[in-house]
Formats: sequence, structure tokens, C-alpha cells
Amino acid sequence: MSDPTRLSLSEARDAIKKKALSSVELTRAHVAAMEKARRLNAFITETPEIALSMAEQSDARIARGEADPLEGLPLGIKDLYCTKGVRTTAGSRILDGFTPTYESTVSANLWRDGAVLLGKLNLDEFAMGSSNETSAFGPVVSPWRRKTAAGLDSAKIVPGGSSGGSSAAVAAHLCLGATATDTGGSIRQPAAFTGTVGVKPTYGRCSRWGIVAFASSLDQAGPIARTVRDAAIMLRSMAGHDPKDTTSVDAPVPDYEAAVDASVKGRRIGVPKEYRLDGMSAEIAKLWDEGVRWLKDAGADIVEISLPHTRHALPAYYILAPAEASSNLARYDGVRYGLREQGRDVVDMYEKTRAKGFGPEVRRRIMIGTYVLSHGYYDAYYVRAQKIRSLIKRDFDRAFDLGVDAVLTPATPSTAFAQGEKGSSDPVEMYLNDIFTVTVNMAGLPGLSVPGGLAADGLPLGLQLIGRPFDETTLFSLAAAIEKAAPKLELPSPWWSKAE
Amino acid sequence: MSVDQATVRRIAHLARIAVQDEETERLGRELNAILAFVEELSAVDVEGVEPLTSVLPMQMKKRADVVTDGGVADDILANAPARDDHYFVVPKVVE
Repeated sequence: MSDPTRLSLSEARDAIKKKALSSVELTRAHVAAMEKARRLNAFITETPEIALSMAEQSDARIARGEADPLEGLPLGIKDLYCTKGVRTTAGSRILDGFTPTYESTVSANLWRDGAVLLGKLNLDEFAMGSSNETSAFGPVVSPWRRKTAAGLDSAKIVPGGSSGGSSAAVAAHLCLGATATDTGGSIRQPAAFTGTVGVKPTYGRCSRWGIVAFASSLDQAGPIARTVRDAAIMLRSMAGHDPKDTTSVDAPVPDYEAAVDASVKGRRIGVPKEYRLDGMSAEIAKLWDEGVRWLKDAGADIVEISLPHTRHALPAYYILAPAEASSNLARYDGVRYGLREQGRDVVDMYEKTRAKGFGPEVRRRIMIGTYVLSHGYYDAYYVRAQKIRSLIKRDFDRAFDLGVDAVLTPATPSTAFAQGEKGSSDPVEMYLNDIFTVTVNMAGLPGLSVPGGLAADGLPLGLQLIGRPFDETTLFSLAAAIEKAAPKLELPSPWWSKAE
Repeated sequence: MSVDQATVRRIAHLARIAVQDEETERLGRELNAILAFVEELSAVDVEGVEPLTSVLPMQMKKRADVVTDGGVADDILANAPARDDHYFVVPKVVE
């Protein structure tokens, strides 16, 4: 095989099954690609020895005829998932030196199914960010570059966030697929920015156990991959009931891959008029129209729907998510794990440890969360935001009651931007990235981002599909129809690949 | 509502995050920008709307009250910045 990193996850799986390729060969090729791509800063921790040892075990199982669904396939794991014996950072200094003594349920499911751990992927600190610029381990660089009349621009483009290491590594063919997490858009926005497929499953579909918590009522694990089929294959292994997470749902996991080939004829697709924002860029509007046309051509019926409370979702999110974060992140106190700064007494030790260990965005969100939960403001902010969350969910319930099978929207309000371009003077500017994705977390629904083509600046654009609770299968069918119709994306030649 | 520097210091202390005097003005400005962004919510009619606490209409799962895990003190202490035998060590709390 010429270069196994050019294969999709499903192609690699089939080649391994046919014994045309060994897991060790496949893994070595990915380890080499990863080591040559350090300019992207996609990995915080590379685990080549673990990868090769897992690959050898996979090859032994394959030889015995025992291959599991992900047998021998090298994956990247977002460094928010605890991995037993492998440093886990959450992109933060406050977890300095932390090596979990346990494995997150979702990553354990992947290893159960034969996958190979290539390394731990960079992310915004505690998954708080939309550009991967808040990581304590430095920003991730997207393999994509802007096109100008003079050729490719060398400005460093962000891969989106918070799962920016996952999206960059998958886009650059450093791994076959990656795990990610999504609290307000952290899977779908980076997928859209890098021309990859990202799935945020229904709340409760994947166990949150062993994943560092940000906002527990919104967090959900999901895959980023290069094709719809690859994402479907990964999600089937990741999903499932876990008694250790009381919000994980005890329902059978369907064969998502089978849905990829299913017809979308007669499916009703809602197009919400409230997402057509004032000042929406002509390119985004055109992408959306094309998405509508592709689904119509595939036999789906398009209906206009109304989700009247859409515009309140992002402000309400910026009350609820920080409130939950301020509570979840109270555990980082310098006592049980991670960084400790000495203090004159225990409170001084806490305050110094947390000031040193948390970066500016995390500190900001903890403080906002503390403020909205503090005495006298709880009802005005927190309870009011929870009521608005009810209204947002009700909007979707009504659309689904009217027979809509899925909703189609743009994934992001723009293409990716360059490092340092957004949010430096006003944090809210960065928050606006999640305007189309955050409603989905608020309502607990499944959402998927699929590439729709390139914008004039040469960077990818993504479309978002939103489904009924636990109906990821419909999203995979519709996304496959879009994937088939959309122009194929071609990444710039690998400028990031350099032997050291 | 506007956050002044005294409020920044109070919130930072509640959040157990040390802030330097030269940071309070910038932090106040950033918090006010976020609060201005969420301000529009006060105009939304939420009369009679229940707060959403769970997106899934599910009963909290319960299990038998029996020991299912434990005996892993060494694991629990493995990452402690300071420990003594099977104890976490912290600065003196009680004089």
C-alpha cells in the first residue's frame, strides 16, 4: 500500500479485514505523519509506544480471526478524556502532572472494539473556546490556508475549538478519526472549519464518565472524522449505556453505518427562518441554499419552520454554561491532583493555585458563573436562563411535532479566521461563533456538521443537521446525501509535514 | 447591572481565585461586556415557564445501596501534590 494515511477509516478497516494491510503498518504510517506534523501542535501527548503495542495486539487478534469493529485503527483522543496511565491535561496547567488511574468509558469502548491510541489531542483549556487559542499548550494550527490572488497565504488559520486538535489532526490525515466533545459547538464548529464531519450526539447517548466536566447538562462526547461513514462507525463504538453516568441512556445503539446508505426520499427537512440573521454573509446564505437544493435533489421535502427563541440561546448559554463550569471546576483546589501553589493558609493556597493554574478565559467564565449564582442574582440570571432553555427546547418539540424529521442550518457564521483575529478585545466576539450550534446543546438534540464546499477565501464551510432525540440515524442518511452532492474539498499540499 | 471593582474582588474571592489590583479594572470590563450581552434576556416573557433542569424526560436512576467500588486508596492518592500515608496534606486549617 502506497500511503495508508490517505485511506479513510472505513477503507483502512476493510483493508485490514482483507489482510491487505496490517495494523502495525497502518499505525507506523500515522505515527510518522504525527511526528512530522508538530508544526500544527495538534497533539499534547504523543503515545507511539502504546500505539505500536496496541497495533501488535490487534494484528495478533486478526491472525486469530477475532477482529473487532475498530480493530487496529489508530485514533486520536481529545485530551479531555481520562486515559489510564497517560497524562491528561484538559489543556490546562492546573492539571499539571495528572495521570489518571482510570479510563473514560467512551475511550474504553474504543479500545474494547480494537482501536489504537495514537496520542492525546490539544484543545481549548477545559474546552472553553472556539479557536483553540486558550490552550495552555499553545494554539493548534489548521492544515488549511487562505487563498489569495498571489497564492496561499501563510497566516496561521485556527482549526476551531474547543476540539481543535481533533479537527486539525483528522483533516491533516494524522489519525483516521478522533474523539471530541461538544458543550456549545465544540465538535461541529471545528469540523466545519476544517472540512471534516463532526457529530454531537443526543444528550445521554455517550457516557460522560471519565471526561473532564465543563457544563454537565450540556456536555456530550462525539467523533470527528473525514467522512460521514467514518463518523457513523466511530459513534457506534463510542455510544452506549453506562451505569457510572446516571444521565446515560439505556437504549440500544443502532447500526449507524447502515444509515449512511439509506434513502432520504420523503424526509421532511425544516429550514428555520430565524437562522437567517441580519447581515448573514452572502456566502453562508448561498451554502445554505445549496444544502437545501442537494437534499431536495435527493428526494427530501423542504419546509420552512419557525424557532422563535433562537436568538436568546447564546446569551442564555453564557449564563448556564459558566454557572455549571464554576461549580464543576471548584474541584481544582491543589489538594487531590494537579498544581499546588503554596499559601499562608488553606484559602490562600486555593486562591493562588487557581490563579496560577487557570488561564484568562477559564478564570473569566468561573467568575461569571460565580456571579450569576451568587446571592441576589440567582433568580434574575440562572433561573431565567433555565426558563429560556425550556422555550428553546419547546420550539424544536413543536417543529418535530409538525412532522419535521431534521433541521438544516449553516454550521458557523463564517469560515475560519487567523490566530489573534477575534476576541482579543471583547470575549463576546469569540462567543458568536457558536450562534448556530448552541441551540442544539440547549435542547439536548443530536447535531452533525458536514462539509458543504469552499468559500472564496479557500477555506471550508459546513452545514449543520439537527435531529430528533436519539435519531442520529436520520442525520447520517441526510449528511451522506449532502456529502455525495457537495464539491470535494482539496487540502493544500502538506506544508506542515517536515522531518525533524 | 454593572460590576465595579469591589464586586470583582468579592466574586474572585467567592471563586477562590486570587486577583491582583491591576487586574480588577480589566476583569470588570470583561464581565460587564458579558453581562451586557446577556442583558436582553430580561425582556423575554417567561411567565408560567418552568425552568429546564433535564433535557430528557427521565427519572433519576436509582440502584441498591450497596458497596460497588472502593479499596483503591492508593489510586485516589496517586496524583496528590502532598500526601502522608493515606492522607491528603493541606496547610494547617485549625490553630
